[in-house]
Amino acid sequence: MSFPWAQQYQPKSGFTRWIDEKLPLPRLVYNAVGAGYPVPRNLNYFWNFGVLAGFCLVLQIITGVVLAMHYAPNALVAFDSVEHIMRDVNWGWMLRYAHANGASFFFVVIYIHIFRGLFFSSYKAPREMIWLLGVVIFLLMMATAFMGYVLPWGQMSFWGAKVITGLFSAIPLVGEPLQIWLLGGFAPDNAALNRFFSLHFMMPFIIAGVVILHIWALHIPGSSNPTGVEIKDESDTIPFHPYYTAKDGFGLAVFLVLYTSFVFFLPNYLGHPDNYIPANPLSTPAHIVPEWYFWPFYAILRAFTQDFLFLPAKLMGVIAMFAAILVWFFLPWLDKSPVRSGLYRPLFRKFFWFGLIPTMGVLFYCGGAPAEEPYVMLSQIAALYYFAHFLIVLPIVSIIEKPKPLPHSITDAVLNHRTGADDAVPLSTTGERPTDSRPGPDDAGLYRPAGA
Amino acid sequence: MTDAIVEHPEAVQDDTQTGVRRRDFIEIAAVSFAGIGGIAVLFPLISQMAPSADVLAESTTELDISAIQPGQSVKAVFRKQPVFVRNLLPAEIAEAAAVDVSSLRDPQTLAERTKEGKENWLITMGVCTHLGCVPLGAGEGENKGEFGGYFCPCHGSHYDTAARIRKGPAPTNLLVPEYEFTSDTTVQIG
Repeated sequence: MSFPWAQQYQPKSGFTRWIDEKLPLPRLVYNAVGAGYPVPRNLNYFWNFGVLAGFCLVLQIITGVVLAMHYAPNALVAFDSVEHIMRDVNWGWMLRYAHANGASFFFVVIYIHIFRGLFFSSYKAPREMIWLLGVVIFLLMMATAFMGYVLPWGQMSFWGAKVITGLFSAIPLVGEPLQIWLLGGFAPDNAALNRFFSLHFMMPFIIAGVVILHIWALHIPGSSNPTGVEIKDESDTIPFHPYYTAKDGFGLAVFLVLYTSFVFFLPNYLGHPDNYIPANPLSTPAHIVPEWYFWPFYAILRAFTQDFLFLPAKLMGVIAMFAAILVWFFLPWLDKSPVRSGLYRPLFRKFFWFGLIPTMGVLFYCGGAPAEEPYVMLSQIAALYYFAHFLIVLPIVSIIEKPKPLPHSITDAVLNHRTGADDAVPLSTTGERPTDSRPGPDDAGLYRPAGA
Repeated sequence: MTDAIVEHPEAVQDDTQTGVRRRDFIEIAAVSFAGIGGIAVLFPLISQMAPSADVLAESTTELDISAIQPGQSVKAVFRKQPVFVRNLLPAEIAEAAAVDVSSLRDPQTLAERTKEGKENWLITMGVCTHLGCVPLGAGEGENKGEFGGYFCPCHGSHYDTAARIRKGPAPTNLLVPEYEFTSDTTVQIG
């Protein structure tokens, strides 16, 4: 779509020509994820995760729709209908395990996708909109996953619903009425279960819509790449199909090996045994924790234990938890470095691997641990660094850091296998190629498909 | 705008100086009407999510308390949530009264949390004000916490014998629902 040398769709038969005139859908697909989309030639396996996330979304929609054929969203029978799926429905156990573990693996994939974006600064101009839409997708996913977890109406479902909707009660003045309105009652009950089912069914289609916008926004500048250097000419790109369809296909196979080994051999490993106890409004499980993919944010929620001025601890925890994700919306403007890739940013790289990643690990661990010392203290320190990383460290590093020299072009980086040239040009110098004897577009022509 | 003037120079009397046309009124009125109509449609869509009539109908609970001996407490259900009804011992009343109210996170006396002449009847929601867990202490042999009232196992909030928050993350005392004694042995909650 975005480069003049992109291959053009050529309908071959009379029928495809007819379709192309009336509704050029095959052309759209060809340009979006086919040979018509030129992609940087140097993408590594971290660039598989967008396609994998798309696969997970489709997987969740398909397994979810068939589960909805057997599930009954009524507080009296919901728990039993899940057991009915597990015991009576043909292949019901497999479909349910596929859906439950599919949610976990969707989050595994999306976290890697997000942290790929953080390391290679995929959020920087001209790709801010892709990143912003991605954060929206992540928020929608969290809401969808939370409501889905309520549906089996076990103890964790019920108390999860109570605690999470209880977060809204922290809002001054409107909090309590808002919580009652969200639940349709004074505690989670049939009304809440019904609406969560309705919304859980609907939201994946909203996500699919935002994913289309995400891909649309992606195709305007084209994909980023591990060097962070923009595409300069045709030699820097290869067509998405067959090159990256094949690479993504291999990644998908690896993903499926891991995913199916959980579905078939560890189906309940990522869940909580308490959720096989029917919901009981009069008895709280000893240890309420959300699903693992919410742990880092749950740790931030619980890190606030002291009131501060007029702000109660509970309200601060809720604000901090949401702010932990909302801060991502500002990343394109917080990180001012002109260099994108973390590979060429020595200081950024240190803070990423020794600051942000361990912090996420600590938050993750503490979010799943009971709310007692030393976990509360650890969460507080980690939450402090988490916000400092984005709001203080990134802006300062982007000013004081001296980045490594960038390669002249993607092709140059690939063919010379070097991470920086001595006479490299800064990122802002685009367009003109250096006139020395370095391999140029003609040498790279070897790697192009015959039809290019 | 100018197109309309050219097409109907006689039919529409316009103030060509300011660009105001008589037709502007009908355009603004039509769009406003449709806009207000659209907003009005939101009302039933939002209101349907509020508690329905059958949920609201369950909003009072009548309870016979004649069998609750001093020192005992029961868990009842009010609005699908647990409510603790506790017959306090004289020692527990004295303990609650001995606390300096100004030192509390949510300052309230026992008298403010009970009905006059019925100070031994402590009726509170069994919902921790932190994140909504059910505290322990109402059942036989349950952990009553460091202050002899209730203890929430989720995040470690301790409540005293007036169900006031004394230690832990909960921001306020256990909520006292609206209730009244309809006779000496029955209480209507809600």
